[in-house]
Amino acid sequence: MELKVLGSGCAKCQQLYAAASQAVAKAGVQASLVKVEKLDEIMKYGVMMTPALVVNGQVKCSGRLANVDEIVGWLSAGSQG
Amino acid sequence: MLGFVLYRHLEPLANLLTYTVFGLSRESHAAAALSFFLFEVPKVMLLLVSVVFAVGVVRSFFTPERTRRMLAGKRESLGNILAALLGVVTPFCSCSAVPLFIGFVTTGVPLGVTFSFLISAPMVNEVALVLLFGLFGFKVAALYLTTGLAIAMLAGFIIGRLKLERLVEPWVYAMPVGAATADGDLGWPERLRFGKAAVKEIVGKVWPYVVAGIAVGAGIHGYVPQDFMAAIMGKGAWWSVPLAVLIGVPMYSNAAGIIPVVQALLEKGAALGTVLAFMMAVIGLSLPEMIILRKVLTLPLIATFVGVVASGILIVGYLFNFLF
Repeated sequence: MELKVLGSGCAKCQQLYAAASQAVAKAGVQASLVKVEKLDEIMKYGVMMTPALVVNGQVKCSGRLANVDEIVGWLSAGSQG
Repeated sequence: MLGFVLYRHLEPLANLLTYTVFGLSRESHAAAALSFFLFEVPKVMLLLVSVVFAVGVVRSFFTPERTRRMLAGKRESLGNILAALLGVVTPFCSCSAVPLFIGFVTTGVPLGVTFSFLISAPMVNEVALVLLFGLFGFKVAALYLTTGLAIAMLAGFIIGRLKLERLVEPWVYAMPVGAATADGDLGWPERLRFGKAAVKEIVGKVWPYVVAGIAVGAGIHGYVPQDFMAAIMGKGAWWSVPLAVLIGVPMYSNAAGIIPVVQALLEKGAALGTVLAFMMAVIGLSLPEMIILRKVLTLPLIATFVGVVASGILIVGYLFNFLF
């Protein structure tokens, strides 16, 4: 599985990154987690509000912090499909 | 409910603490400052928490994606009006100004309409309105809301008419922008959680400014003589409005820090128009946001943007000094 945190490096982006890495540990799934700061890649996802979380190429949330359990939910849904 | 009961009893409680518990005399400067502080801090915090919560819930209905879809391909005048209004309810943080700008202009939102949004979103915000309502009353809050919206609409319209698209950094229009994937429909529990998150985030961030601002305000309230400000910031001084704007633009403070100070100035004889102009310049035009926007806008366009908005603020300042 592939997770991307999109954001230009503001405080909220770092919080989202931390939440995502906790969620990966909690869900116990194999996943890569990267932080994307380059504008053109952020725009490719059509995201206008950072931070955003992308799971397997799909934007799951943008402009807000998702909490750990929410992300765990997306991860387990993704690993089944 | 509890908030309402508390609210009703705040003033007697603040007076009780000042005069009886601390034993300050009614005429002293310290008493005037302290009772002001003890009354204003809980009052403003109560208002702030309830309004930020409500606005947080409202905002869960307005994502930037939805706003963009509503604005794309709109005619200019109507688009400017709509953009300024949506700027109030769409969640916005200046750290997202660049992706938002690109997302808007590359998908058919006219440049002037995009500016209407970018002007109104920071300037007309719920924290500013709550503080204005709490400290100045309904009239001033309503004036700020309507004139702020008017500036956003008109300034965006003028920028659109000037046809400045060529002054946007050329790569912006060439950038491939993916189709936005919507967040999907939220249920009420999520919306309420949105409101709670907004309170945690916004009130958590601004409360020290509110307290510090009210403390400065309390100091001015207690110690600065009545009408002290009349000479420098009063109606008589024609140069006070442009000066207020000039000082206000490079100053960067959020509404929470500046409004309590401004209230105390007003009380000491500063003119309403001058004070409104100062506040709009501080909140609406901020240097950090200009630096962020420099990534996508060339300097002449930023200068035009600041010039048009600052002129609007000047007009508002003079208008209210003339009217009141």
